[in-house]
Amino acid sequence: MLKIENLSFNVNSGEKEIIKNISLEIPDGKLIVVTGPNGGGKSTLAKLIAGLEKPSEGKIFFKGEDITDMSITDRAKLGIAFAFQQPVKFKGIRVIDLIRLSAGKELSIAEACEYLSLVGLCAREYIDREVNSSLSGGELKRIEIAIVLARKSLLTVFDEPEAGIDLWSFSNLIDVFRQQREEIKDRSILIISHQERILNIADEIVVLNNGEIEKHGKKDELLPELIGTSAAVAKCKGIKKELDD
Amino acid sequence: MKLDKIQQYLLKEIADLTDVPAGAYNIRSNSQSIGRQSSANITITPKTDVSGIDIRIKDGTKNESVHIPVVMTESGLKEEVYNDFYVGDNADVEIVAGCGIDNCGNHDSEHDGIHRFFVGKNSKVKYVEKHFGSGEGSGKRILNPVTEVYMEENSFVEMEMVQIKGVDDTVRTTIAELKEGASLVVRERLMTHNEQKAYSIYTVSLNGKNSTADVVSRAVARDNSYQKFEAKIVGNAECKGHTECDSIIMDNGQILAVPALEANNVDASLVHEAAIGKIAGEQIDKLMTLGLTEAEAEQEIINGFLR
Repeated sequence: MLKIENLSFNVNSGEKEIIKNISLEIPDGKLIVVTGPNGGGKSTLAKLIAGLEKPSEGKIFFKGEDITDMSITDRAKLGIAFAFQQPVKFKGIRVIDLIRLSAGKELSIAEACEYLSLVGLCAREYIDREVNSSLSGGELKRIEIAIVLARKSLLTVFDEPEAGIDLWSFSNLIDVFRQQREEIKDRSILIISHQERILNIADEIVVLNNGEIEKHGKKDELLPELIGTSAAVAKCKGIKKELDD
Repeated sequence: MKLDKIQQYLLKEIADLTDVPAGAYNIRSNSQSIGRQSSANITITPKTDVSGIDIRIKDGTKNESVHIPVVMTESGLKEEVYNDFYVGDNADVEIVAGCGIDNCGNHDSEHDGIHRFFVGKNSKVKYVEKHFGSGEGSGKRILNPVTEVYMEENSFVEMEMVQIKGVDDTVRTTIAELKEGASLVVRERLMTHNEQKAYSIYTVSLNGKNSTADVVSRAVARDNSYQKFEAKIVGNAECKGHTECDSIIMDNGQILAVPALEANNVDASLVHEAAIGKIAGEQIDKLMTLGLTEAEAEQEIINGFLR
């Protein structure tokens, strides 16, 4: 599905390397979770894949096509979707508008509402709301995921989808990822997360540390050694952290 | 009443009319009334001293509407029109005004509409005014509306003022005076492009106890256009007032926002907000990840902002 070759990303005219010569392959139909400590380069990797950042060196291939110099738009059209870690707020643009834009067609209200129900939101209450700061962080996050689900992309990249999501919808979210895989054959999902429960549904786990791939392997092999480290946080800790924040 | 294609197009843009409206109406085209109808409760009569009409709405008139659109298609026409609305007590009506100018010639076309509203006790008025310009000529399309609103006790007026496209020069002046318990809501949406200039000036006086005003403008200045938004709320009693100007600036646009508050009573509670900025890059990025091009994303953001 996606092939990354010798990818690097520098800032400050090359002084600081955020991503260091990474090579990674995301096979068709797999769910890959990228974990690792904060500041390790996880979100940057996600943005490089979606085209929000341009690499300093290296190549990215999607379905065999070199997309390194492609715009965000062209990548989206090819089938890459991206759920932002910090959902973007607008003025005057409603939830229904974004779901319709995402789907690329005139969805009926009922069809659009289905995506909101998937993320545990009472659709009727939210469908006409503006995507602005009147919504809480958790609501925005769930709406962001609903919008991305409407794209029905071949590859969906979720950047820390669980942040700000409560316990009930967290288990709902896990179900959403499962359903996503069943909905389209060969669809791949890349999730940036250090939540143990999300790691637990992965086929493969990648540990990114200091801009480099520290570990990469099958979930069953890697997860046992990650549990208890910052790369695999149990949700209860996650909630405490959110409360502390 | 026969309308040509340009007149039909302008009427659709400014008043969403595709046919003669239901209820009372006066349609003015190139300085002449080309259709007028009163209803049982709403009487429209022409003024005798100046150009314009008097609209009288009886006490207790509910769920009725008045349409008074103006279209101009002759290049070089200049007019001043005085329209007075006398809304009785306990009424609930919608008034749709608006002016569309199509100027395909080289002379400036100008419509200055002076609207005065006398709103009776406990009455509710929704006023919609859309301004629009079209035509390829070098002659300017100029609109200088003056709106005066005098509100009796416990009346409510909601004004939707929209100028989205094609008006070269505009000075919009709105004044309002509110008595006890009266409430005014203004929603202005303004977009200027090319070399256009737009001045929008509001003075709202909250004279009665528990009167409230909420004046909100959303504006987009593109190309080399210039906008000045000046909103002053004067609190002369125990009252609540809020004014907000939220603007998107693009290209070489210029915006001057001057929100002003004047409190002449210790129980006046007045707030103003103003923000000017370009479209946030992350908003464009987000829409591009949904498959929109950069230009499509910009347009979508503006459409939402001016909705």
